[in-house]
Amino acid sequence: MPTDVENWKSEVYGNDIRDRLFEFAEEGYDSIPDDERDAWFERFKWWGLYHQRNGQEGYFMMRIGTPNGVLEPGQLRTVGEIADEYARGPGVNPIFGDAYADFTTRQSIQLHWIELSDVPAIFEKLEANGLSTQQACGDSWRNIVGNPVAGKDGQEVIDAWPVIRELNETFKGNDDHANLPRKWKVSVTGSADGSGQGDINDLAFEPAYKAVEGGGDGGDSDGDGDESGDVVGFNVRVGGGLSRNEPRLARDIDVWVPPERVPDVAGGLSALFRDYGDREDRYNARVKFLVDEWGADEVRETLQAEYVDFELETAGRDVREEYTYNTGEGERNDLIGVHDQKDGRNFVGLNVLVGRMGASDVLDLADLAEEYGSGEVRLSQRQNVIVTDVPDAALDDFLDEPLLDHYSPDPSPFMRGSVACTGTEFCSLSIVETKNRQVRFARWLKANVDLPDDVDEFHIHLSGCTASCAQPQIADVSLRGMKTRKDGDPVEALDVGLGGGLGENPQFARWVTQRVPADEVPGAIANLVESFAGERDEGESFRAFVARHDDDELDAFVDPEETDYEDPMMHNTKRTWYPYAENDSMEDAPPTPADD
Amino acid sequence: MTTRLRVLDDGAWISVNDSREVRVSELWRLDAPDLCECALADLVVENFQSVGVDGSTVEARVYGQCIACGATGTTGWVPIGRVRGGEFAGLDRSAVRRVRR
Repeated sequence: MPTDVENWKSEVYGNDIRDRLFEFAEEGYDSIPDDERDAWFERFKWWGLYHQRNGQEGYFMMRIGTPNGVLEPGQLRTVGEIADEYARGPGVNPIFGDAYADFTTRQSIQLHWIELSDVPAIFEKLEANGLSTQQACGDSWRNIVGNPVAGKDGQEVIDAWPVIRELNETFKGNDDHANLPRKWKVSVTGSADGSGQGDINDLAFEPAYKAVEGGGDGGDSDGDGDESGDVVGFNVRVGGGLSRNEPRLARDIDVWVPPERVPDVAGGLSALFRDYGDREDRYNARVKFLVDEWGADEVRETLQAEYVDFELETAGRDVREEYTYNTGEGERNDLIGVHDQKDGRNFVGLNVLVGRMGASDVLDLADLAEEYGSGEVRLSQRQNVIVTDVPDAALDDFLDEPLLDHYSPDPSPFMRGSVACTGTEFCSLSIVETKNRQVRFARWLKANVDLPDDVDEFHIHLSGCTASCAQPQIADVSLRGMKTRKDGDPVEALDVGLGGGLGENPQFARWVTQRVPADEVPGAIANLVESFAGERDEGESFRAFVARHDDDELDAFVDPEETDYEDPMMHNTKRTWYPYAENDSMEDAPPTPADD
Repeated sequence: MTTRLRVLDDGAWISVNDSREVRVSELWRLDAPDLCECALADLVVENFQSVGVDGSTVEARVYGQCIACGATGTTGWVPIGRVRGGEFAGLDRSAVRRVRR
């Protein structure tokens, strides 16, 4: 039997939602009939709007999809102005204030406290500046991710940006692909560093060389061939994802595709998912479960037989052995710092702790991007920002700007490595408070814990639940929201996983210690780092250190402990209307905006 | 009188008559021998899988973890409240809940 969500989608979905959304915005939040709210809230997701959690009725999170994290000149300013004007609500965050933008692990932007009545004006401003919320959420093509410096990166094998733009233009608003059984996450990467993180996506295109009839130009510098004469294109993987305690790495379906064929193969696989995915059980709906059931061979055979009208090539020679991003080993685990562009200019990656930036800082950064670069800014999957096109002559002055004291190109490893999801501040699914907690963790670790001198990156990802929006399974230290009892009372707690990372041989974290009370987690990490520093082999990475110990040994290293770290959010933050409010009980929740 | 029951927000809420009534992230005491060997499981409710009704009792199947022993899994039908006269009354959070297999 179809689910409620499928029934709602069958009535109205996709582009058709917009007219009703605008009518509700015009008539006011209360004009949505009580018995239709759940259906409309589900549909609004397709236009990037999530109704916030209980206690915050009438307020929405708005997600802006920025393909590949590319914000063209002027677009960051647009985001900052919208955040400043519209993303203010009754809850004030004690660390971040009352208007901010969140940069996400899928290179998108999230704003909170958006009122329905403001949506048409926001859409008008976004669309006038080439931005959109279309399909940022919901059961369809989500924001396409990749190496954020595509087209500029000195390590690039092929420029994936034109491919991503074409996919975005083809599949956003495309009625044939607007209603899928579940979300559809696509990664297209042309760089040799693995920064597209294709392994954890539903569909991944990764750079690969192939000897094909007609051949390539061979050894040229514009990215369409190599010295052997092989053509560069993409290998295809399907069925990765981290959610629901069922993490999967995308499976190799033995297909190589030239850039001009990517839309055909992507559309074919999207249609295959549309037609064969499970619409009766949303927990089993993601394509990773279909790949589990069918196997990679059957996916390929079905794609060939039913969805493309040309002969698929077998997989080409990949560059996975060169992957460094999020591997925990070697250089360039992230894109922080100053890096060469292939045009001789520089891109500068700046650390945005847990991805959250105040609206005024967003506007200041837009100013700096215009003053020192081209005005363009890009977003990474580690919740950081990258200012591109900075010439050598302007580099020192840019790096001296006061704003970069806070958003540093050379941060402490604990600040640099921190990733956190939204958490109970706004999210219905999360079990614990996350963003502010990860900020407190990072600050305490920076002040109290020394990594070995040769270790300058240490990734800690905090996710509030098993949905895994902070991608906890691919961090050095993975933290996942849980509950436990301390002195008999329920408290917020975290499961601790270790040793995750991507690369040629990706590895999900091993959950070695369960249910650590949140206030004992910094002490646990301090003890873990001390054991690592004391017992590692010379030059050994943390990931390698974890790999050569069994779970019991690692559990002993973790050793939770109370310290002078204080956690103000140990109670059940979900029972509050807003966890940081002075009067936080549900009874003190603000009225809906329409009731003002 | 018909009672509208739904699992919403990807399993975060049980909705009764279009009102979000029961949330994830609570700790429930469960008599659930199929889930773990604890005399009483101390279950973190992580996700609602399905919702139904048995007479006037609203029930849900729940994915979660017993914090006493670490066992994870999906329960049988667990009572979450009653509907009387069209009004839903949730079970007290401290109540011991018996799983119907």
